Amino acid sequence: MTGAALKTPANDAAKNEPPMDYNRGLNYDENLLWEKTQTDHPGVDLAAPKNTPLRTGQGARDRIGLPQVSEPDVVRHFVRLSTKNFSIDSGFFPLGSCTMKHNPRLNERVARYPGFALAHPMQPASTVQGTLKVMFELQNWLAELTGLPGVCLTPAAGAHGELAGLMTIARAHALKGRTDKAVILVPDSAHGTNPATAAMCGFKIRVIPTRDTGRVTVEAFKEALGDGADVAGMMVTNPNTCGLFESDIQTISKLLHDAGGYFYCDGANFNALVGKIRPADFGVDVMHINLHKTFSTPHGGGGPGSGPICVSEELRPYVPNPVVLHENGSYRLEENGERSSSCGRIKGFQGQFGMHIRALTYMMSHGADGLRQVSEDAVLNANYVLSQLEQDYNVPLAGPCMHECLLTDKVQKEAGVTTLDIAKALIEHGFHPMTVYFPLVVQGAMLIEPTETESKDTLDRFIRVMKDIAADVRNGDVDKFHTYPQSAPARRLDEVRAAREPKLRWKN
Amino acid sequence: MRYLPLTAQNRKDMLQAIGAASVDELFKDVPKTAFMKGLADLPMHMGEMEIERKLGGYANENHHAGKGPFFLGAGCYYHHIPSTVDYIIQRSEFLTAYTPYQPEIAQGTLQYLYEFQSMIAMLTGQEVANASLYDGATAMAEAALMAMRVTKRSKVVYGSAIHPHYHEVLNSYLNNIGAEHEAHDGNLDDKTACVIVQSPDFFGNVYSYAQWRKKCDEAGALLVVVTNEILSLGLLPAPVEADIVCGEAQSIGVAMSFGGPHLGFFACREKFIRQMPGRLCGETVDADGKRGFVLTLSTREQHIRREKATSNICTNQGLCALAFTVHLSLLGEDGFKTLARLNHERACALADALKAAGFTVENESFFNEFTIRLNGDAKAVVEALTKQGIIAGYPVENKLIIAATEMSSEEDIAAFAAALKGATP
Amino acid sequence: MSTVKYTNDHEWIKVEGDTAWIGITTYARHALGDLVYLELPENGRQLKKGDHFAVVESVKAASEIYTPVSGEIVAINDNLTDNLDDLKEDIDKGWIIKVKMSNAAEAEGLMDKTSYEKFTESLS
Repeated sequence: MTGAALKTPANDAAKNEPPMDYNRGLNYDENLLWEKTQTDHPGVDLAAPKNTPLRTGQGARDRIGLPQVSEPDVVRHFVRLSTKNFSIDSGFFPLGSCTMKHNPRLNERVARYPGFALAHPMQPASTVQGTLKVMFELQNWLAELTGLPGVCLTPAAGAHGELAGLMTIARAHALKGRTDKAVILVPDSAHGTNPATAAMCGFKIRVIPTRDTGRVTVEAFKEALGDGADVAGMMVTNPNTCGLFESDIQTISKLLHDAGGYFYCDGANFNALVGKIRPADFGVDVMHINLHKTFSTPHGGGGPGSGPICVSEELRPYVPNPVVLHENGSYRLEENGERSSSCGRIKGFQGQFGMHIRALTYMMSHGADGLRQVSEDAVLNANYVLSQLEQDYNVPLAGPCMHECLLTDKVQKEAGVTTLDIAKALIEHGFHPMTVYFPLVVQGAMLIEPTETESKDTLDRFIRVMKDIAADVRNGDVDKFHTYPQSAPARRLDEVRAAREPKLRWKN
Repeated sequence: MRYLPLTAQNRKDMLQAIGAASVDELFKDVPKTAFMKGLADLPMHMGEMEIERKLGGYANENHHAGKGPFFLGAGCYYHHIPSTVDYIIQRSEFLTAYTPYQPEIAQGTLQYLYEFQSMIAMLTGQEVANASLYDGATAMAEAALMAMRVTKRSKVVYGSAIHPHYHEVLNSYLNNIGAEHEAHDGNLDDKTACVIVQSPDFFGNVYSYAQWRKKCDEAGALLVVVTNEILSLGLLPAPVEADIVCGEAQSIGVAMSFGGPHLGFFACREKFIRQMPGRLCGETVDADGKRGFVLTLSTREQHIRREKATSNICTNQGLCALAFTVHLSLLGEDGFKTLARLNHERACALADALKAAGFTVENESFFNEFTIRLNGDAKAVVEALTKQGIIAGYPVENKLIIAATEMSSEEDIAAFAAALKGATP
Repeated sequence: MSTVKYTNDHEWIKVEGDTAWIGITTYARHALGDLVYLELPENGRQLKKGDHFAVVESVKAASEIYTPVSGEIVAINDNLTDNLDDLKEDIDKGWIIKVKMSNAAEAEGLMDKTSYEKFTESLS
């Protein structure tokens, strides 16, 4: 137990005192900013205003309620908070479908060059040739790696790339006069963003069942396709969310194309293919690339991401604007309305440039040779983990897998230890859990993606812990699993309470 | 190859453990014709020095905001970022963490998101705020979609001059689902889901909302207030009349970075929380009864609700929200208001200088950005001024939209006014 | 005379004359785990057999509740919003809506208690 026996000094509400921090060794109990000692001056030294009459046409703002904390206290606050986080820099993070690979610091350095960080998105093109060149070269790298020549960098994240891709497909059908193309086929194992995006784009969704096979079979696909008259396209993740390559994908994409539909590939799992297999060569028409997965831009605790889309020559006229053009030796962004076939703008300005430059830095670091090694090592690492754990855990779908492997809690559940318990036990042993309960089509799923940036030694330690967990369960030593984690900065959180009585902000 | 730890011996040993003769055996499900023949047609790997030389060269080709007088705004503003901000957001534990789905080992991220939400709610005069959206333009489009869900109506009306990118993004999002949208013609009807008022608007004009509130109440529509300069909320009254307040918070802590990543924010009345887009962080307790934070109300979101989700958004702008929270913590109540006033005063000084140089300021009211009228094409003037190392503003036909911030020195203002006078007929 | 019948989707329905009370079964309740929210419909809404009329949420799932009979909603059990634990097979407290049926025959094909219990046993 973490300090449970020691009592936190009580806050004397009558004296209106702020609550006390209560620390143990290097474990900090950090209050909210509003509960800290408030100062009488800002933590930033600013020029004194002259208090000239306002030309806003309105009175000045009254009290906002912001905290007022000194600079040293601000630094200490956030540094203490940071110690409560698990991160890829501090440990193994085998989150399936998330590609938590090493985030090189060189990317950060380059993104902070003043020429990039202090460039404004609406400057005249003649003054920002350097940033435009970065974007143009990134477009070319992505086109070469996917085999899809049309690249649009504006989407802000993977789900936003999906929106861009489906809007591109919708626009293509509309301009080709195919008015009855209203349905998107989505396997039941898809990421939630796929059906959510299709709905946001005004499409109806028809589900392809994969529950029993783990893959989209030609038979199930044909059934969902029907005569194909109303099918605008399909959204398939390949390798799929079970970590398997869709082995019938060429046949399926041909059937889809014959019916006048387009193949949208969710690029979340591109790390298994990069530098070795080009999605265009298995029939993909549109694909988003998560720069924050495959190309190492940091996840930042939930963003920013970046989700450029790559499309076939046929779909190129329809992608969102703007894209970067290279003409007569100089670079420029498309003007608004210049390409009337475009499906429109989906974001302010031209995308998450700060992520574009990080991704390009990473790509150049690896080069054609390194990127190929990336996918090979990622697949090798996943299969190694699978081979070492298949005796201890249920493997619902036979391997080899691609860059991630899928286990379930089928065996352990009989003893009352679930996927959730195993995840929390991993926390107790210093690892970030794998992705749990996803894909939804596999009960008690545990999806493990080691990535190529983990050493064999790290994998062996992880395997050891997973084997120990399985052994403890086999030996009936199960009670402790329900108490994990005990050594983390927090114990299990009461999510029911959070949802029943939502408390979403601090209030005085 | 510096990011790859496996040795040749490791690879051999692991293949043996797997029982595969080669790595390609692991790719056996991939059709033969889908493999690339040889390597991609791209350069080979490079060391840090080579990359810094090459990309450093690209960076040097830009004329960035630090290089000379700079008066361009139009939804992205050049502000000073305290050194502490960049230090904190580069802490490994923040930079390289994942979305806080495992709350026991993500309290750092969760607590700052809670603080961020609290700050946004306070700034906007709203009851609740989410943990960020991509940017101001997409936040506004999400607000329109949410208003349609809340009111079960299908028409969106805009009541001020909206940033053209915001307008285009709104068009795209609404066209996807066949919803109506139009500029305000003085009347709202029983199909109107919401009125969107941007303040300051694209030309810098400031609005008040009492009249809009009244019209919305009469028509049963929601009032959506948008701002693309969140610093304005340090000087202008809080838009408490609004049902949804959203926009762009890049100005606090986030670099311009050629247009992103920036920071969309989204706040609204508490009764609408189940229709909100994006992640929400909430307070709760852990098994020891200690206060803690979790992502909550997730049943709105795509990973649970799939095609019935309130939005498809998953990844948001977490680290930018941290930059904002750190910067605003440093400023505090007084600093934020002082910074807002300084911005306004720099803009007033700029307006005075330009008036003295013979230009007409079109605005009756403004915060830190306003519009002047030129005799002739403003774009040509902007181009001409770049030759003198001055980034002048955003041209719209014969108008120039100009922003001043705390970064605009008296010398910059004088140089700009003189150069602009020289460049216009 | 009143009878309670059950659906494949785990709703219970009590019929009295042309009026039906509809709720979810205790089995469904346990399957959903700790409930956090119930979204109720508006009174007076016309339902067709098979329409969903309410959504019940746990932390990690949202489930729609369907009506096995057509008709007009004539009463809503607002009490449930703050007393989610009552949401189970409890005729007095656990009903969600009261429907004035337009076709009482729709209720006749549903399962009785014994068949429903057999059905739920087959699921586990």
